Amino acid sequence: MNDVHAAPATRGKILIDDVVKVYDPGGAAVMAVDHCNLEIEAGEICMIVGPSGCGKTTLLNAIAGFHDITSGRILMDGETLCSAEKPKAAPGPDRIVVFQNGALFPWRTNLENVIFGPVMQGKLTVADARDKGRAMMADAGLAGVEHNFPGEVSSGMRRRVEIVRALMNEPNVLLLDEPYRALDSLTKSVMHESLLEIYYKNRVTIFFITHDLEEAIFLGHRVAIMTTRPCRPKKVLTVDIPHPRDYGVLTSKRFRELIEETSEAVHEEARKAFDAGEKEG
Amino acid sequence: MKVLGSQAFWRGIVAIVVFLVLWEIGSRSKMWMAYEVFSPLREALGAMGFKKNYLPWVGAVPAPSGVVMAWVDVLGHAGYWQSWYMSFLRVIGGFAAAMLIGIPFGLMLAVNRVAHGIGFPTFEVLRPIPPLAWVPASIIFWPTQELAIMFITFLGAFYTIVINVVGGAKSIDVRYFHAAQSMGASRWDIFRRIVLPGTLPSIVVGSAVGMGITWEVVVAAEMISGGGSQMGGSGGGLGFFIWNSYVGGSYEQIVVGMISIGIAGFFSSELLRGFGSLLTPWLKVR
Repeated sequence: MNDVHAAPATRGKILIDDVVKVYDPGGAAVMAVDHCNLEIEAGEICMIVGPSGCGKTTLLNAIAGFHDITSGRILMDGETLCSAEKPKAAPGPDRIVVFQNGALFPWRTNLENVIFGPVMQGKLTVADARDKGRAMMADAGLAGVEHNFPGEVSSGMRRRVEIVRALMNEPNVLLLDEPYRALDSLTKSVMHESLLEIYYKNRVTIFFITHDLEEAIFLGHRVAIMTTRPCRPKKVLTVDIPHPRDYGVLTSKRFRELIEETSEAVHEEARKAFDAGEKEG
Repeated sequence: MKVLGSQAFWRGIVAIVVFLVLWEIGSRSKMWMAYEVFSPLREALGAMGFKKNYLPWVGAVPAPSGVVMAWVDVLGHAGYWQSWYMSFLRVIGGFAAAMLIGIPFGLMLAVNRVAHGIGFPTFEVLRPIPPLAWVPASIIFWPTQELAIMFITFLGAFYTIVINVVGGAKSIDVRYFHAAQSMGASRWDIFRRIVLPGTLPSIVVGSAVGMGITWEVVVAAEMISGGGSQMGGSGGGLGFFIWNSYVGGSYEQIVVGMISIGIAGFFSSELLRGFGSLLTPWLKVR
Protein backbone atom coordinates (compact mmCIF):
# COMPACT_ATOMS: atom_id res chain seq x y z
CA MET A 1 0.00 0.00 0.00
CA ASN A 2 2.94 2.37 -0.33
CA ASP A 3 2.54 3.04 -4.02
CA VAL A 4 2.36 6.53 -5.36
CA HIS A 5 -1.24 7.55 -4.99
CA ALA A 6 -3.06 9.35 -7.70
CA ALA A 7 -4.30 12.87 -7.20
CA PRO A 8 -7.81 13.14 -5.76
CA ALA A 9 -10.57 12.91 -8.31
CA THR A 10 -12.20 16.11 -9.43
CA ARG A 11 -14.89 14.60 -11.59
CA GLY A 12 -17.55 12.03 -10.95
CA LYS A 13 -19.79 13.69 -8.41
CA ILE A 14 -23.19 12.03 -8.53
CA LEU A 15 -26.37 13.64 -7.26
CA ILE A 16 -29.43 11.47 -6.94
CA ASP A 17 -32.27 13.88 -6.47
CA ASP A 18 -35.69 12.65 -5.44
CA VAL A 19 -35.61 9.71 -7.83
CA VAL A 20 -38.68 7.52 -8.17
CA LYS A 21 -38.91 4.37 -10.23
CA VAL A 22 -42.18 2.56 -10.68
CA TYR A 23 -42.22 -0.61 -12.75
CA ASP A 24 -45.31 -1.14 -14.88
CA PRO A 25 -47.05 2.11 -13.81
CA GLY A 26 -50.26 1.24 -15.69
CA GLY A 27 -50.59 -2.23 -14.22
CA ALA A 28 -48.93 -3.80 -11.22
CA ALA A 29 -47.21 -0.49 -10.35
CA VAL A 30 -44.33 -1.91 -8.36
CA MET A 31 -42.41 0.88 -6.69
CA ALA A 32 -38.73 -0.01 -6.84
CA VAL A 33 -37.22 3.30 -5.80
CA ASP A 34 -39.07 5.81 -3.66
CA HIS A 35 -37.98 9.45 -3.51
CA CYS A 36 -34.37 8.52 -3.14
CA ASN A 37 -31.83 11.24 -2.32
CA LEU A 38 -28.12 10.61 -2.20
CA GLU A 39 -25.07 12.70 -2.96
CA ILE A 40 -21.80 11.02 -3.81
CA GLU A 41 -18.62 13.07 -3.83
CA ALA A 42 -16.08 12.88 -6.61
CA GLY A 43 -13.63 10.11 -5.86
CA GLU A 44 -15.69 8.69 -3.06
CA ILE A 45 -16.30 4.99 -2.52
CA CYS A 46 -19.98 4.88 -1.71
CA MET A 47 -21.30 1.49 -0.71
CA ILE A 48 -24.97 0.74 -1.20
CA VAL A 49 -26.13 -1.99 1.16
CA GLY A 50 -29.52 -3.64 1.02
CA PRO A 51 -31.14 -7.02 0.80
CA SER A 52 -31.37 -8.75 -2.57
CA GLY A 53 -34.11 -7.35 -4.73
CA CYS A 54 -34.48 -4.14 -2.75
CA GLY A 55 -34.18 -1.94 -5.83
CA LYS A 56 -30.56 -0.88 -5.57
CA THR A 57 -29.69 -2.32 -8.97
CA THR A 58 -32.52 -0.25 -10.42
CA LEU A 59 -30.70 2.81 -9.17
CA LEU A 60 -27.43 1.63 -10.73
CA ASN A 61 -29.12 0.94 -14.05
CA ALA A 62 -30.59 4.43 -14.03
CA ILE A 63 -27.15 5.99 -13.54
CA ALA A 64 -25.61 3.75 -16.20
CA GLY A 65 -28.43 4.54 -18.64
CA PHE A 66 -29.76 1.00 -19.06
CA HIS A 67 -33.18 1.80 -17.58
CA ASP A 68 -35.34 4.87 -17.22
CA ILE A 69 -36.64 6.58 -14.10
CA THR A 70 -40.19 7.68 -13.38
CA SER A 71 -39.47 11.03 -11.79
CA GLY A 72 -36.69 12.98 -10.07
CA ARG A 73 -33.28 13.46 -11.61
CA ILE A 74 -29.72 12.23 -11.54
CA LEU A 75 -26.86 14.62 -12.13
CA MET A 76 -23.19 14.01 -12.76
CA ASP A 77 -20.88 16.97 -12.11
CA GLY A 78 -23.87 19.28 -12.35
CA GLU A 79 -25.05 17.93 -15.68
CA THR A 80 -28.35 16.11 -15.94
CA LEU A 81 -28.01 12.44 -16.82
CA CYS A 82 -31.70 11.75 -16.60
CA SER A 83 -34.82 13.47 -15.35
CA ALA A 84 -38.57 13.34 -15.75
CA GLU A 85 -38.21 14.96 -19.20
CA LYS A 86 -35.45 12.62 -20.36
CA PRO A 87 -36.09 9.51 -18.29
CA LYS A 88 -33.27 7.38 -19.70
CA ALA A 89 -29.65 8.49 -19.54
CA ALA A 90 -27.41 7.77 -22.51
CA PRO A 91 -24.89 5.05 -21.60
CA GLY A 92 -21.35 6.27 -21.93
CA PRO A 93 -17.75 5.50 -21.16
CA ASP A 94 -17.76 8.00 -18.28
CA ARG A 95 -19.89 5.56 -16.27
CA ILE A 96 -18.83 1.95 -16.58
CA VAL A 97 -20.61 -0.96 -14.94
CA VAL A 98 -18.94 -4.06 -13.60
CA PHE A 99 -21.74 -6.58 -13.64
CA GLN A 100 -22.86 -9.04 -11.03
CA ASN A 101 -21.91 -12.16 -12.93
CA GLY A 102 -19.32 -10.48 -15.08
CA ALA A 103 -19.78 -9.38 -18.66
CA LEU A 104 -16.42 -10.03 -20.22
CA PHE A 105 -16.96 -11.06 -23.82
CA PRO A 106 -16.16 -14.78 -23.78
CA TRP A 107 -15.10 -14.77 -27.44
CA ARG A 108 -12.36 -12.19 -26.91
CA THR A 109 -9.12 -12.82 -25.07
CA ASN A 110 -8.58 -10.91 -21.84
CA LEU A 111 -6.41 -8.32 -23.58
CA GLU A 112 -8.91 -7.90 -26.42
CA ASN A 113 -11.58 -7.35 -23.79
CA VAL A 114 -9.47 -4.77 -22.02
CA ILE A 115 -8.83 -2.73 -25.17
CA PHE A 116 -12.46 -2.79 -26.33
CA GLY A 117 -13.50 0.58 -24.89
CA PRO A 118 -10.72 2.90 -26.08
CA VAL A 119 -10.67 1.28 -29.52
CA MET A 120 -14.44 1.55 -29.93
CA GLN A 121 -14.36 5.17 -28.89
CA GLY A 122 -11.49 5.83 -31.27
CA LYS A 123 -9.39 7.23 -28.44
CA LEU A 124 -6.47 4.89 -29.03
CA THR A 125 -5.19 2.86 -31.95
CA VAL A 126 -5.26 -0.89 -31.47
CA ALA A 127 -1.49 -0.96 -30.97
CA ASP A 128 -1.50 1.84 -28.39
CA ALA A 129 -4.47 0.32 -26.61
CA ARG A 130 -2.64 -3.01 -26.44
CA ASP A 131 0.40 -1.35 -24.86
CA LYS A 132 -1.72 0.47 -22.33
CA GLY A 133 -3.84 -2.60 -21.66
CA ARG A 134 -0.78 -4.78 -21.07
CA ALA A 135 0.65 -2.25 -18.66
CA MET A 136 -2.59 -1.91 -16.73
CA MET A 137 -3.08 -5.65 -16.60
CA ALA A 138 0.46 -6.13 -15.30
CA ASP A 139 -0.26 -3.47 -12.70
CA ALA A 140 -3.31 -5.40 -11.54
CA GLY A 141 -1.38 -8.65 -11.25
CA LEU A 142 -2.71 -10.01 -14.53
CA ALA A 143 0.55 -10.44 -16.44
CA GLY A 144 0.60 -13.74 -18.31
CA VAL A 145 -3.12 -14.15 -18.95
CA GLU A 146 -3.42 -11.50 -21.66
CA HIS A 147 -3.95 -14.03 -24.41
CA ASN A 148 -6.16 -16.39 -22.48
CA PHE A 149 -9.88 -16.35 -22.90
CA PRO A 150 -11.86 -15.24 -19.84
CA GLY A 151 -13.13 -18.81 -19.51
CA GLU A 152 -9.57 -20.01 -19.00
CA VAL A 153 -8.78 -18.00 -15.86
CA SER A 154 -10.18 -18.04 -12.33
CA SER A 155 -13.29 -16.08 -11.47
CA GLY A 156 -11.23 -13.78 -9.26
CA MET A 157 -8.97 -12.95 -12.19
CA ARG A 158 -11.98 -12.40 -14.44
CA ARG A 159 -13.27 -9.77 -12.04
CA ARG A 160 -9.92 -8.03 -12.07
CA VAL A 161 -9.80 -8.14 -15.87
CA GLU A 162 -13.25 -6.59 -15.93
CA ILE A 163 -12.24 -3.79 -13.60
CA VAL A 164 -9.18 -3.12 -15.73
CA ARG A 165 -11.43 -3.09 -18.82
CA ALA A 166 -13.65 -0.56 -17.07
CA LEU A 167 -10.72 1.66 -16.04
CA MET A 168 -9.31 1.65 -19.59
CA ASN A 169 -12.27 3.90 -20.46
CA GLU A 170 -11.04 6.44 -17.92
CA PRO A 171 -14.49 6.67 -16.38
CA ASN A 172 -15.53 9.22 -13.81
CA VAL A 173 -17.67 6.68 -12.07
CA LEU A 174 -17.30 2.96 -11.63
CA LEU A 175 -20.59 1.22 -10.99
CA LEU A 176 -20.12 -2.15 -9.35
CA ASP A 177 -23.10 -4.42 -8.97
CA GLU A 178 -22.23 -7.04 -6.36
CA PRO A 179 -19.13 -7.95 -8.34
CA TYR A 180 -17.79 -10.37 -5.74
CA ARG A 181 -21.03 -12.10 -4.93
CA ALA A 182 -20.15 -15.39 -6.54
CA LEU A 183 -16.63 -15.58 -5.10
CA ASP A 184 -15.64 -17.60 -2.06
CA SER A 185 -14.73 -15.59 1.01
CA LEU A 186 -10.96 -16.11 0.70
CA THR A 187 -10.87 -14.94 -2.91
CA LYS A 188 -13.16 -12.11 -1.92
CA SER A 189 -10.72 -10.79 0.66
CA VAL A 190 -7.94 -10.79 -1.93
CA MET A 191 -10.23 -9.01 -4.37
CA HIS A 192 -11.05 -6.32 -1.83
CA GLU A 193 -7.43 -5.46 -1.29
CA SER A 194 -6.72 -5.51 -4.99
CA LEU A 195 -9.71 -3.25 -5.68
CA LEU A 196 -8.42 -0.75 -3.12
CA GLU A 197 -4.96 -0.92 -4.63
CA ILE A 198 -6.39 -0.22 -8.07
CA TYR A 199 -8.50 2.57 -6.59
CA TYR A 200 -5.52 4.26 -4.96
CA LYS A 201 -3.82 4.36 -8.35
CA ASN A 202 -6.88 5.50 -10.30
CA ARG A 203 -9.06 7.75 -8.23
CA VAL A 204 -12.60 7.41 -9.50
CA THR A 205 -15.98 7.59 -7.88
CA ILE A 206 -17.12 4.12 -6.94
CA PHE A 207 -20.79 3.25 -6.60
CA PHE A 208 -20.66 -0.22 -5.14
CA ILE A 209 -23.72 -2.34 -4.54
CA THR A 210 -23.50 -5.19 -2.07
CA HIS A 211 -25.49 -7.02 0.55
CA ASP A 212 -22.38 -7.78 2.58
CA LEU A 213 -22.06 -5.29 5.43
CA GLU A 214 -18.45 -6.18 6.25
CA GLU A 215 -17.45 -5.67 2.63
CA ALA A 216 -19.25 -2.33 2.66
CA ILE A 217 -17.57 -0.99 5.78
CA PHE A 218 -14.17 -2.32 4.82
CA LEU A 219 -14.18 -0.64 1.41
CA GLY A 220 -16.38 2.42 1.68
CA HIS A 221 -15.91 6.02 2.67
CA ARG A 222 -19.61 5.98 3.28
CA VAL A 223 -22.17 3.23 3.52
CA ALA A 224 -25.77 3.85 2.55
CA ILE A 225 -28.08 1.28 4.05
CA MET A 226 -31.17 1.06 1.87
CA THR A 227 -34.69 0.16 2.79
CA THR A 228 -36.14 -2.80 0.97
CA ARG A 229 -38.67 -2.17 -1.79
CA PRO A 230 -39.19 0.63 -2.33
CA CYS A 231 -35.55 1.52 -2.08
CA ARG A 232 -34.18 4.67 -0.42
CA PRO A 233 -31.41 5.38 2.08
CA LYS A 234 -32.45 4.38 5.57
CA LYS A 235 -29.18 5.34 7.20
CA VAL A 236 -25.96 6.76 5.77
CA LEU A 237 -22.87 5.87 7.74
CA THR A 238 -19.55 7.66 7.39
CA VAL A 239 -16.74 5.20 7.91
CA ASP A 240 -14.12 7.14 9.86
CA ILE A 241 -11.35 4.65 9.28
CA PRO A 242 -8.68 6.41 7.20
CA HIS A 243 -7.65 5.16 3.77
CA PRO A 244 -5.42 3.49 2.65
CA ARG A 245 -6.80 0.45 4.36
CA ASP A 246 -5.65 -3.12 4.45
CA TYR A 247 -6.93 -6.28 5.99
CA GLY A 248 -5.75 -5.26 9.45
CA VAL A 249 -8.84 -3.05 9.53
CA LEU A 250 -11.11 -6.07 9.79
CA THR A 251 -9.90 -6.91 13.26
CA SER A 252 -9.77 -3.33 14.51
CA LYS A 253 -12.03 -2.15 17.30
CA ARG A 254 -13.51 0.69 15.28
CA PHE A 255 -14.50 -1.70 12.47
CA ARG A 256 -16.34 -3.92 14.92
CA GLU A 257 -18.08 -0.93 16.47
CA LEU A 258 -19.29 0.25 13.07
CA ILE A 259 -20.60 -3.21 12.25
CA GLU A 260 -22.50 -3.27 15.51
CA GLU A 261 -23.88 0.19 14.91
CA THR A 262 -25.34 -0.76 11.56
CA SER A 263 -26.06 -4.45 11.57
CA GLU A 264 -29.42 -4.00 13.23
CA ALA A 265 -30.63 -1.62 10.53
CA VAL A 266 -29.47 -4.05 7.84
CA HIS A 267 -30.99 -7.02 9.57
CA GLU A 268 -34.30 -5.25 9.93
CA GLU A 269 -34.49 -4.62 6.17
CA ALA A 270 -33.40 -8.15 5.37
CA ARG A 271 -36.19 -9.43 7.59
CA LYS A 272 -38.71 -7.22 5.80
CA ALA A 273 -37.48 -8.37 2.40
CA PHE A 274 -37.65 -11.99 3.52
CA ASP A 275 -41.18 -11.60 4.82
CA ALA A 276 -42.24 -9.91 1.60
CA GLY A 277 -40.76 -12.88 -0.27
CA GLU A 278 -38.69 -10.76 -2.63
CA LYS A 279 -37.06 -12.60 -5.44
CA GLU A 280 -33.27 -12.75 -5.65
CA GLY A 281 -31.64 -10.32 -8.01
CA MET B 1 -1.58 -40.57 -32.16
CA LYS B 2 -3.05 -39.81 -28.78
CA VAL B 3 -6.43 -40.88 -30.09
CA LEU B 4 -5.15 -44.29 -31.18
CA GLY B 5 -3.91 -45.16 -27.72
CA SER B 6 -6.94 -43.95 -25.81
CA GLN B 7 -9.33 -46.30 -24.10
CA ALA B 8 -12.32 -44.71 -25.76
CA PHE B 9 -10.87 -45.43 -29.19
CA TRP B 10 -10.34 -49.11 -28.45
CA ARG B 11 -13.74 -49.39 -26.85
CA GLY B 12 -15.21 -48.08 -30.10
CA ILE B 13 -13.20 -50.54 -32.21
CA VAL B 14 -14.18 -53.47 -29.99
CA ALA B 15 -17.84 -52.47 -30.14
CA ILE B 16 -17.78 -52.33 -33.93
CA VAL B 17 -16.01 -55.70 -34.18
CA VAL B 18 -18.47 -57.31 -31.75
CA PHE B 19 -21.35 -55.85 -33.74
CA LEU B 20 -19.97 -57.25 -37.01
CA VAL B 21 -19.37 -60.67 -35.51
CA LEU B 22 -22.90 -60.86 -34.09
CA TRP B 23 -24.29 -59.73 -37.40
CA GLU B 24 -22.29 -62.35 -39.28
CA ILE B 25 -23.38 -65.09 -36.88
CA GLY B 26 -26.96 -63.92 -36.92
CA SER B 27 -27.17 -63.83 -40.65
CA ARG B 28 -25.44 -67.18 -41.23
CA SER B 29 -27.15 -69.23 -38.54
CA LYS B 30 -30.59 -69.11 -40.04
CA MET B 31 -31.55 -72.34 -38.39
CA TRP B 32 -30.87 -71.50 -34.76
CA MET B 33 -34.54 -71.05 -34.01
CA ALA B 34 -35.23 -74.61 -35.00
CA TYR B 35 -34.47 -75.71 -31.45
CA GLU B 36 -37.55 -76.88 -29.58
CA VAL B 37 -37.10 -74.38 -26.74
CA PHE B 38 -37.82 -71.56 -29.15
CA SER B 39 -41.04 -72.98 -30.52
CA PRO B 40 -43.35 -70.54 -28.67
CA LEU B 41 -41.24 -67.60 -29.85
CA ARG B 42 -41.22 -69.09 -33.33
CA GLU B 43 -44.99 -69.39 -33.30
CA ALA B 44 -45.37 -65.84 -32.10
CA LEU B 45 -43.07 -64.54 -34.84
CA GLY B 46 -44.84 -66.71 -37.35
CA ALA B 47 -48.11 -65.12 -36.36
CA MET B 48 -46.54 -61.73 -37.10
CA GLY B 49 -45.71 -62.90 -40.60
CA PHE B 50 -42.01 -63.77 -40.20
CA LYS B 51 -40.60 -66.92 -41.68
CA LYS B 52 -40.18 -69.32 -38.79
CA ASN B 53 -36.65 -70.45 -39.26
CA TYR B 54 -34.42 -67.45 -38.80
CA LEU B 55 -33.65 -64.54 -36.55
CA PRO B 56 -36.19 -62.08 -37.91
CA TRP B 57 -34.20 -58.90 -37.55
CA VAL B 58 -30.85 -60.13 -38.82
CA GLY B 59 -31.38 -63.36 -40.67
CA ALA B 60 -32.90 -61.75 -43.74
CA VAL B 61 -30.08 -59.23 -44.01
CA PRO B 62 -26.97 -60.12 -45.99
CA ALA B 63 -23.94 -61.04 -43.89
CA PRO B 64 -21.12 -58.53 -43.47
CA SER B 65 -18.74 -60.80 -45.33
CA GLY B 66 -21.11 -60.76 -48.29
CA VAL B 67 -21.41 -56.99 -48.02
CA VAL B 68 -17.64 -56.61 -48.04
CA MET B 69 -17.40 -58.79 -51.13
CA ALA B 70 -20.07 -56.74 -52.88
CA TRP B 71 -18.30 -53.60 -51.80
CA VAL B 72 -14.92 -54.71 -53.16
CA ASP B 73 -16.67 -55.59 -56.38
CA VAL B 74 -18.44 -52.26 -56.62
CA LEU B 75 -15.30 -50.22 -55.84
CA GLY B 76 -14.10 -50.89 -59.32
CA HIS B 77 -17.27 -49.56 -60.93
CA ALA B 78 -17.36 -45.96 -62.02
CA GLY B 79 -21.11 -45.89 -61.33
CA TYR B 80 -20.56 -46.31 -57.60
CA TRP B 81 -18.20 -43.38 -57.44
CA GLN B 82 -20.50 -41.39 -59.65
CA SER B 83 -23.21 -42.00 -57.04
CA TRP B 84 -20.96 -40.61 -54.33
CA TYR B 85 -20.09 -37.64 -56.46
CA MET B 86 -23.70 -36.86 -57.37
CA SER B 87 -24.94 -37.09 -53.79
CA PHE B 88 -22.08 -34.96 -52.52
CA LEU B 89 -22.71 -32.36 -55.16
CA ARG B 90 -26.38 -32.15 -54.19
CA VAL B 91 -25.63 -32.04 -50.49
CA ILE B 92 -22.95 -29.39 -50.82
CA GLY B 93 -25.00 -27.31 -53.25
CA GLY B 94 -28.11 -27.32 -51.07
CA PHE B 95 -26.15 -26.90 -47.87
CA ALA B 96 -24.06 -24.00 -49.14
CA ALA B 97 -27.19 -22.23 -50.36
CA ALA B 98 -28.83 -22.84 -46.97
CA MET B 99 -25.84 -21.29 -45.18
CA LEU B 100 -25.58 -18.35 -47.58
CA ILE B 101 -29.25 -17.50 -47.28
CA GLY B 102 -30.04 -18.90 -43.84
CA ILE B 103 -27.38 -17.13 -41.76
CA PRO B 104 -28.09 -13.58 -42.96
CA PHE B 105 -31.83 -14.26 -42.91
CA GLY B 106 -31.66 -15.59 -39.34
CA LEU B 107 -29.54 -12.67 -38.17
CA MET B 108 -31.95 -10.24 -39.77
CA LEU B 109 -34.92 -11.87 -38.04
CA ALA B 110 -33.04 -11.72 -34.75
CA VAL B 111 -31.88 -8.11 -34.78
CA ASN B 112 -34.59 -6.31 -36.70
CA ARG B 113 -38.06 -6.18 -35.23
CA VAL B 114 -39.69 -5.17 -38.53
CA ALA B 115 -37.97 -7.98 -40.42
CA HIS B 116 -39.04 -10.38 -37.71
CA GLY B 117 -42.63 -9.21 -37.97
CA ILE B 118 -42.64 -9.64 -41.74
CA GLY B 119 -40.52 -12.74 -42.17
CA PHE B 120 -41.10 -14.92 -39.15
CA PRO B 121 -44.78 -15.86 -39.54
CA THR B 122 -44.30 -17.01 -43.15
CA PHE B 123 -41.19 -18.88 -42.13
CA GLU B 124 -43.02 -20.60 -39.31
CA VAL B 125 -45.86 -21.70 -41.59
CA LEU B 126 -43.45 -23.15 -44.15
CA ARG B 127 -41.14 -24.77 -41.60
CA PRO B 128 -43.37 -27.67 -40.52
CA ILE B 129 -43.73 -28.85 -44.13
CA PRO B 130 -41.29 -31.76 -44.42
CA PRO B 131 -38.75 -31.26 -47.22
CA LEU B 132 -39.94 -34.51 -48.82
CA ALA B 133 -43.44 -33.09 -49.23
CA TRP B 134 -41.81 -30.53 -51.48
CA VAL B 135 -40.47 -33.10 -53.94
CA PRO B 136 -43.34 -33.08 -56.47
CA ALA B 137 -43.77 -29.32 -56.34
CA SER B 138 -40.04 -28.88 -56.62
CA ILE B 139 -39.80 -31.11 -59.68
CA ILE B 140 -42.56 -29.11 -61.35
CA PHE B 141 -41.06 -25.79 -60.43
CA TRP B 142 -37.36 -26.20 -61.12
CA PRO B 143 -36.21 -26.52 -64.74
CA THR B 144 -33.86 -29.45 -64.10
CA GLN B 145 -34.22 -32.36 -61.76
CA GLU B 146 -30.76 -31.58 -60.40
CA LEU B 147 -31.97 -28.20 -59.17
CA ALA B 148 -35.12 -29.80 -57.82
CA ILE B 149 -33.15 -32.21 -55.64
CA MET B 150 -30.76 -29.48 -54.54
CA PHE B 151 -33.73 -27.38 -53.51
CA ILE B 152 -34.96 -30.22 -51.31
CA THR B 153 -31.58 -30.54 -49.59
CA PHE B 154 -31.50 -26.78 -49.25
CA LEU B 155 -34.81 -26.86 -47.38
CA GLY B 156 -33.54 -29.63 -45.12
CA ALA B 157 -30.66 -27.51 -43.85
CA PHE B 158 -32.23 -24.07 -44.18
CA TYR B 159 -34.86 -24.28 -41.43
CA THR B 160 -32.46 -25.75 -38.91
CA ILE B 161 -29.82 -23.14 -39.61
CA VAL B 162 -32.27 -20.24 -39.41
CA ILE B 163 -33.87 -21.48 -36.18
CA ASN B 164 -30.46 -21.92 -34.59
CA VAL B 165 -29.23 -18.52 -35.70
CA VAL B 166 -32.34 -16.75 -34.42
CA GLY B 167 -32.26 -18.64 -31.13
CA GLY B 168 -28.54 -18.11 -30.70
CA ALA B 169 -28.68 -14.38 -31.40
CA LYS B 170 -31.66 -13.89 -29.12
CA SER B 171 -30.06 -15.71 -26.22
CA ILE B 172 -27.01 -13.44 -26.10
CA ASP B 173 -26.85 -12.02 -22.59
CA VAL B 174 -28.15 -8.45 -22.39
CA ARG B 175 -25.17 -7.56 -20.20
CA TYR B 176 -22.89 -7.86 -23.23
CA PHE B 177 -24.98 -5.31 -25.09
CA HIS B 178 -25.04 -3.00 -22.09
CA ALA B 179 -21.29 -3.30 -21.59
CA ALA B 180 -20.58 -2.65 -25.26
CA GLN B 181 -22.96 0.32 -25.34
CA SER B 182 -21.32 1.85 -22.28
CA MET B 183 -17.92 1.50 -23.87
CA GLY B 184 -19.04 3.48 -26.88
CA ALA B 185 -19.70 0.75 -29.44
CA SER B 186 -21.84 1.84 -32.39
CA ARG B 187 -24.78 -0.23 -33.63
CA TRP B 188 -22.59 -1.72 -36.35
CA ASP B 189 -19.85 -2.51 -33.84
CA ILE B 190 -22.38 -4.21 -31.60
CA PHE B 191 -23.59 -6.30 -34.52
CA ARG B 192 -20.11 -7.21 -35.67
CA ARG B 193 -18.42 -7.69 -32.33
CA ILE B 194 -21.22 -8.94 -30.08
CA VAL B 195 -24.08 -10.38 -32.15
CA LEU B 196 -21.89 -12.18 -34.70
CA PRO B 197 -19.43 -13.90 -32.36
CA GLY B 198 -22.20 -14.48 -29.83
CA THR B 199 -24.22 -16.32 -32.48
CA LEU B 200 -21.30 -18.26 -33.94
CA PRO B 201 -21.60 -21.28 -31.61
CA SER B 202 -25.26 -21.67 -32.60
CA ILE B 203 -24.35 -21.29 -36.27
CA VAL B 204 -21.87 -24.13 -35.91
CA VAL B 205 -24.39 -26.36 -34.11
CA GLY B 206 -27.12 -25.48 -36.61
CA SER B 207 -24.88 -26.30 -39.57
CA ALA B 208 -23.79 -29.63 -38.13
CA VAL B 209 -27.39 -30.63 -37.50
CA GLY B 210 -28.44 -29.20 -40.86
CA MET B 211 -25.73 -31.19 -42.62
CA GLY B 212 -27.14 -34.38 -41.09
CA ILE B 213 -30.59 -33.49 -42.36
CA THR B 214 -29.32 -32.79 -45.90
CA TRP B 215 -28.01 -36.36 -46.06
CA GLU B 216 -31.30 -37.75 -44.83
CA VAL B 217 -33.15 -35.69 -47.36
CA VAL B 218 -30.94 -36.16 -50.40
CA VAL B 219 -31.24 -39.93 -50.23
CA ALA B 220 -35.00 -39.85 -50.04
CA ALA B 221 -35.22 -37.22 -52.77
CA GLU B 222 -33.06 -39.36 -55.06
CA MET B 223 -35.23 -42.39 -54.40
CA ILE B 224 -38.46 -40.56 -55.10
CA SER B 225 -37.29 -38.70 -58.15
CA GLY B 226 -35.43 -41.62 -59.64
CA GLY B 227 -32.10 -39.94 -59.19
CA GLY B 228 -32.49 -37.57 -62.06
CA SER B 229 -31.38 -40.19 -64.58
CA GLN B 230 -34.36 -40.19 -66.83
CA MET B 231 -34.59 -36.43 -67.27
CA GLY B 232 -31.16 -35.94 -68.69
CA GLY B 233 -29.51 -35.69 -65.30
CA SER B 234 -26.12 -37.25 -65.02
CA GLY B 235 -27.11 -40.03 -62.72
CA GLY B 236 -28.19 -41.62 -59.55
CA GLY B 237 -26.58 -40.68 -56.32
CA LEU B 238 -26.31 -42.96 -53.31
CA GLY B 239 -30.05 -42.92 -52.62
CA PHE B 240 -30.75 -44.10 -56.13
CA PHE B 241 -27.92 -46.61 -55.81
CA ILE B 242 -29.78 -48.20 -52.88
CA TRP B 243 -33.10 -48.16 -54.66
CA ASN B 244 -31.62 -49.59 -57.80
CA SER B 245 -29.95 -52.39 -55.83
CA TYR B 246 -33.28 -53.22 -54.26
CA VAL B 247 -35.04 -53.30 -57.58
CA GLY B 248 -32.20 -55.36 -59.05
CA GLY B 249 -32.33 -57.82 -56.15
CA SER B 250 -28.76 -57.22 -54.99
CA TYR B 251 -29.30 -57.12 -51.26
CA GLU B 252 -25.61 -56.86 -50.43
CA GLN B 253 -25.41 -53.68 -52.46
CA ILE B 254 -28.28 -52.17 -50.48
CA VAL B 255 -26.17 -52.43 -47.36
CA VAL B 256 -23.11 -51.13 -49.20
CA GLY B 257 -25.14 -48.06 -50.13
CA MET B 258 -26.44 -47.62 -46.61
CA ILE B 259 -22.99 -47.78 -45.05
CA SER B 260 -21.61 -45.47 -47.72
CA ILE B 261 -24.17 -42.86 -46.71
CA GLY B 262 -23.28 -43.39 -43.05
CA ILE B 263 -19.62 -42.78 -43.83
CA ALA B 264 -20.36 -39.76 -46.00
CA GLY B 265 -22.58 -38.20 -43.35
CA PHE B 266 -20.07 -38.90 -40.60
CA PHE B 267 -17.22 -37.26 -42.46
CA SER B 268 -19.22 -34.20 -43.49
CA SER B 269 -20.36 -33.63 -39.91
CA GLU B 270 -16.87 -34.19 -38.50
CA LEU B 271 -15.43 -31.80 -41.04
CA LEU B 272 -17.97 -29.15 -40.10
CA ARG B 273 -17.40 -29.70 -36.40
CA GLY B 274 -13.65 -29.40 -36.83
CA PHE B 275 -14.05 -26.23 -38.83
CA GLY B 276 -16.54 -24.93 -36.28
CA SER B 277 -14.22 -25.44 -33.35
CA LEU B 278 -11.54 -23.51 -35.21
CA LEU B 279 -14.01 -20.64 -35.49
CA THR B 280 -14.99 -20.76 -31.81
CA PRO B 281 -11.72 -21.32 -29.93
CA TRP B 282 -13.13 -19.90 -26.70
CA LEU B 283 -15.56 -22.78 -26.31
CA LYS B 284 -12.80 -25.35 -25.95
CA VAL B 285 -11.88 -24.07 -22.50
CA ARG B 286 -15.18 -24.74 -20.83
